[in-house]
Amino acid sequence: MSVLTVVYAILFYAATALLLVGLGYRIYLFWKTPAPLKIPTTPAPTTRAGVVYRLGREVVFFESLFRSTKWTWLFGWIFHFGLLLVLLRHLRYFTDPVWTWVSLIQPFGKYAAFAMVAGLLGLWARRLFVDRVRYISAPSDHLILALLVAIGGSGIMMSFVTRTDIITVKEFFRGLMTFSWGSIPTLPADFFLLVHLLLVAALMAIFPYSKLLHGAGVFFSPTRNQVDNPRERRHLAPWAAQLENNGK
Amino acid sequence: MAKADFEVPELKEYPEIPSITPGVMAHSRPFIAKPEHQEPLHFPGELVDNWQEKAIAKMGELQGKYRSLQVYLDSCVKCGACTDKCHYFLGTKDPKNMPVARQDLYRKVYRRYFTFAGKYFPKLVGAVDLTKEVLDDWYSYFHQCSQCRRCSVFCPYGIDTAEISMAAREVMDSIGVGQKYCNEIIGKVFRIGNNLGLPEPALADTLEGLEEDVEDETGVKVRYPLDEEGAEVLLITPSADFFAEPHVDGLIGYGKVFHQAGISWTLSSAASEAANFGMFIGSYENMRRVSLRIREAALDLGVKRIVFGECGHAWRVAYSFLNTLAGPFDFLDPRYPVPQHICEVTHDLIQRGALTLDKSANDDMVLTYHDSCNVARASRMGNKPGGQFSIPRDIIKASCNHFVDMAPDTIHDSTFCCGGGGGLLTDDLMEIRVKGAMPRMQALKQVVEENGVTHMAAICAICKSQFTKVLPYYGFSMDKIVSVHQLVSNAIVLGDKE
Repeated sequence: MSVLTVVYAILFYAATALLLVGLGYRIYLFWKTPAPLKIPTTPAPTTRAGVVYRLGREVVFFESLFRSTKWTWLFGWIFHFGLLLVLLRHLRYFTDPVWTWVSLIQPFGKYAAFAMVAGLLGLWARRLFVDRVRYISAPSDHLILALLVAIGGSGIMMSFVTRTDIITVKEFFRGLMTFSWGSIPTLPADFFLLVHLLLVAALMAIFPYSKLLHGAGVFFSPTRNQVDNPRERRHLAPWAAQLENNGK
Repeated sequence: MAKADFEVPELKEYPEIPSITPGVMAHSRPFIAKPEHQEPLHFPGELVDNWQEKAIAKMGELQGKYRSLQVYLDSCVKCGACTDKCHYFLGTKDPKNMPVARQDLYRKVYRRYFTFAGKYFPKLVGAVDLTKEVLDDWYSYFHQCSQCRRCSVFCPYGIDTAEISMAAREVMDSIGVGQKYCNEIIGKVFRIGNNLGLPEPALADTLEGLEEDVEDETGVKVRYPLDEEGAEVLLITPSADFFAEPHVDGLIGYGKVFHQAGISWTLSSAASEAANFGMFIGSYENMRRVSLRIREAALDLGVKRIVFGECGHAWRVAYSFLNTLAGPFDFLDPRYPVPQHICEVTHDLIQRGALTLDKSANDDMVLTYHDSCNVARASRMGNKPGGQFSIPRDIIKASCNHFVDMAPDTIHDSTFCCGGGGGLLTDDLMEIRVKGAMPRMQALKQVVEENGVTHMAAICAICKSQFTKVLPYYGFSMDKIVSVHQLVSNAIVLGDKE
């Protein structure tokens, strides 16, 4: 095993730990923080099922964004669904035998990488050229776009230009996943592979500590996930109940 | 046209998204509350010595109490969807009036003290220390948000700037930097019972005068009762309804509706105010204290139902929060929702054929309807989502022959705030109020020119007061704004049903 292989092995264990612990803690924090008042943006569903449907439309179609600005919606949607297909396609590197449906989406998943990068470039262009969006952008907003574009770009290079020894890469990750360190092969020292993996690890590590948290936040947003029934059911947060008991 | 010592925005033929002009509204700041305005609300009288430390501690406390705040601070991706949605941005061009930039005034400080990236890489993520300059920016720009929630409609995560501006105002109050207008008014509610400081004798006198006026005009003795024990309905209405125009015409209308339906009702001198400015300053404690007056009044008077008059944010607090803040209302008649909106009552009576309305009484008007922001996006009427849009319109259409809606992207849940909501309805904020009204004025101008609209109806005391004041700046007459129940009042046929 090369030093490089050891470094990447440690890198991926560390990135995974940061992702799971960080995201787990954040979700726990969102979960345990009470929403003391009913604040759904109305008109809002009056039933639980209605809320599931509302959130579903939000997550799958980006409904509110569609109402808001068509260009951001278009680029954002293309990016996210490109990314989703790409991620699902990547399951083939972590499962053995590869699930049938993963094999079936393989050709689409490969080209989805272009959609993903195109979407990102569109979003980036907005950030650079629309004065309002440029005004609200911090360096990190550009860096995250750069990171994702570089991940997509290096992946495309491996898929379409300079192939890497993907079988060995798969053995590497299978070894990490099953903790069978003895069988971990030496990672091919291909430039695009190493860049790709390094940046993916970086993305995993910063996910819970950056704006990427919106992926979890959308499910916890009281304006979207609350049922509109304040007159029918009394809604009382624990700290508000305590105020009531002490007060009166 | 009213005179202004600032530039009144020009109304274009079509809505335009302006180029940003940084800093143009930095000077806009409301008067600061004096100690006597702060203390009745349990806030320190003036800026405390260790204000920075106190403010940061308060921020931490609020993040633990409000999921909305924690989630919204963490979730914004700066996509820009909200940047052209705020009426204050459209009217002023100041980029800090873009919802995301307004939130960022708070988020930057949150990041600095509460996140890993902000603690160690502040420049990278745009985190800043809570300095006096930042606090000044907060005071300025968190008092240029009317908490109308238009941004939250268009945000892919539903981030509601109102939640952030409420939190910011609460943090500022907690270190002694309050806004005079809101805090003085809340003090008046505690001391006297309503925002305007009308004591019981003045109120009784006003209502008596109203009864005489209505009798003179119609020949029918319609009652406007105060503190009558055993009445069926307790009416909670904004105190502006007692004397301001066109508000009072709405109150006259409520009385006629109750009269004609044979429902006994009363106002309460102890709870003679529907508005709850506790919401504007984000103070759960004060909002609850204001709400409890209503519960006490209902118990004291032994009523069976609570009905709210025309008031936008009051209806939000009533519909969405009252059960939480002052419930449970198990002592009231369970056959009716608690509380009800006067429009729900009137609509129901119209549906059942209990009112006779002569539409021709309003034939001198061509009407449009302004959806008040807090009614539209933070409440409901009736059983179905969207009832808050259809019910007032149904009432108008049942009372008038000529009704036209404004442009679709300026009504219903896309409605523009009047520009005076959220605690900004004060003369020391006239510039932001006038500029913030621009998008609504633009939509109004369009229907005036294309459809001959003569009047705009609304169901919010703040909207009515705000429009009365700002319409002249845009070349319209101040009496263009009318109450919905004023139309009902004009059309209702009093006396025995034929």
